[in-house]
Amino acid sequence: MTVVEQTVVESRPMGDTIGIPFIDNAKFSLRNVDVFYSDKQAIFNVSLDIGKNEVMAMIGPSGCGKSTFLRCFNRMNDTIAGCRVSGSLKLEEQEINHPKTDVVPLRARVGMVFQKPNPFPKTIYENVAYGPRIHGLVSKRIELDEVVETSLQRAGLWDEVKDRLDAPGTSLSGGQQQRLCIARTIAVSPEVILMDEPCSALDPIATARIEELIAELSENYTIVIVTHSMQQAARVSNRTAYFHLGKLIEVNDTEKVFTNPGHQLTEAYITGRIG
Amino acid sequence: MNKPTAIELVNRNLGRRRRAEKRFKLYGICSIAFGLLCLVVLFTDIVRNGVGAFTAHYLKIEVTFDPERMALQDINDPMQVALADYDAIIRAALLQRFPEVTERKQRRELFHLVSSGAGFGLQRMLEQEPRLLGKSREVWVIADDDVDLYAKYFRRAPGSRLSEQEINWVEQLLADGSLQKRFNRQFFTSGDSREPEIAGIKGALMGSLYTLLVTLLLSFPIGVAAAIYLEEYAPKNRWTDFIEVNINNLAAVPSIIFGLLGLAIFINLFALPRSIPLVGGLVLTLMTLPTIIISSRAAIKAVPPSIREAALGLGASKMQVVLHHVLPLALPGMLTGTIIGMAQALGETAPLLMIGMVAFIVDLPANAMDPATVLPVQIFLWADSPERAFTERTSAAIMVLLAFLIVMNTLAVLLRRRLERRW
Repeated sequence: MTVVEQTVVESRPMGDTIGIPFIDNAKFSLRNVDVFYSDKQAIFNVSLDIGKNEVMAMIGPSGCGKSTFLRCFNRMNDTIAGCRVSGSLKLEEQEINHPKTDVVPLRARVGMVFQKPNPFPKTIYENVAYGPRIHGLVSKRIELDEVVETSLQRAGLWDEVKDRLDAPGTSLSGGQQQRLCIARTIAVSPEVILMDEPCSALDPIATARIEELIAELSENYTIVIVTHSMQQAARVSNRTAYFHLGKLIEVNDTEKVFTNPGHQLTEAYITGRIG
Repeated sequence: MNKPTAIELVNRNLGRRRRAEKRFKLYGICSIAFGLLCLVVLFTDIVRNGVGAFTAHYLKIEVTFDPERMALQDINDPMQVALADYDAIIRAALLQRFPEVTERKQRRELFHLVSSGAGFGLQRMLEQEPRLLGKSREVWVIADDDVDLYAKYFRRAPGSRLSEQEINWVEQLLADGSLQKRFNRQFFTSGDSREPEIAGIKGALMGSLYTLLVTLLLSFPIGVAAAIYLEEYAPKNRWTDFIEVNINNLAAVPSIIFGLLGLAIFINLFALPRSIPLVGGLVLTLMTLPTIIISSRAAIKAVPPSIREAALGLGASKMQVVLHHVLPLALPGMLTGTIIGMAQALGETAPLLMIGMVAFIVDLPANAMDPATVLPVQIFLWADSPERAFTERTSAAIMVLLAFLIVMNTLAVLLRRRLERRW
């Protein structure tokens, strides 16, 4: 394996990734990203582009660093003590990883849905209204009502909850809670939605519902989804990135990755020999 | 012989396991029973000793508000009304009740039946109703503590400090109903006194109230702010470790040290007056802060990180995360710590001795800047007094302290229940 370099040099080689990591008109341009937890390196020199309105799936065995990598996109790694990110992460022209970058507007542009549904212990209405409210997106109650309604509609939850918006968000079923979290995320009108294994705590029916939703949302949003389910990656994504032990092994069109993987590790993973 | 099957082995052990289970449960029940027993013994003893203080014996006499005898020339002069000789008209009334008493020594014994503080009651009457001047009125005046104790406890048992002659009079008065046991209002409406029969708990109660108010107003916001900073903002380094160790140490420092600190800083350095609830509250704030900080930090830690992540992921600033999500969820836990801290502060005596709240103070404090004492110190002072009648007042004061504690904790628990949310 290669020796870990602690400093970032612009002229550093782009790793050993095979496939097509770089595209034109990228939404995200990530170059030479390393992530450390204290002294332990979790991500090794990853470079990748993610296109506009693209669904990018990130797959790989447990502990391969795909969630860690995803959390770099909206600087959620800031909350982890001892976590250090180096390299260049650009959202269009903005450098995400710059210490002066304000995370508040960044996270308004890059929303996130977590592995476990985590609605606030507030009403359904308040859950969705929270984002627009703190960002000052609406000034009147009637506008807020509208945002809440359209967000819930787009998340496919409106018909189920329209009569009980005052019920606590935590009273919903797991799948409904996750859709509530998606509604809460899109209420802020982000450009990108990051999804960290959004279906891992859900049953197959709820999972199917979320996958449909991802397909609908991809018309308007760039979506980056981390998943353990290869079928899910195959169903929802345009491109797939395969991670192994902190390295980005292969990136390509989803169809290509699953039918004709270029790297033997990828092949081993998708055929179920490692995982 | 067949090898026993697994279920046979299980059944063989079952009896022993059940017995162990029962024993284990019994240990718990025994501990609770022991605790309850102690509590019952303590409470019955306190109530048995103290319940007498809630009643007092009053003596019915026919008092004539004779201006001449009272040396009162002008009823409209409040100074004169205050300085008038009310004892003189009480003495006259007593002599009228027992006309056979003429001898000097006997007269002194007779006058001894009524409390030396009884005149205050008459003064208050005259202040409220000036046209009583010159008229006669039947009044109930408070009896001397020895008379009260005799009537309550010593009619059937020896040990009274009354002379035979006095006992004779008291029996006469009891027989014709002009010496009666009544509810002791004075105990709840007046401050401390050297005379047990007119000593009241209100001064100490108000002192405790003001002291705790100051403590609560300072220690809760400071403690919560410190806890939030340490949990949410402070970097984890040697400095914060050092602070954490020190906070934990402070929680274990003997409270009298805080009293000395308060004496040195608030009284000597900042020249605040002695004996006032403000200084008491400041000292108790120092004492309760560690408790509140430690429990608040634990409450903040217990907020699920997923809630924090959800808010951060939406783009909430750190302050918004704290104010909108962490604080509402942590508040019940913070209140629990505050209840414990305040209960400790209510019962604290030692640090308050250091800052002079042990003084003998008769006047009721009107605010946190008036000299005052507090309930536990009052209990200490009364327990230390030689007069027999203070014994029951000591127990009664303990009952008032416990009642105060129960009211305070009930309010806090109700408040906490309202704030509690499930997720």
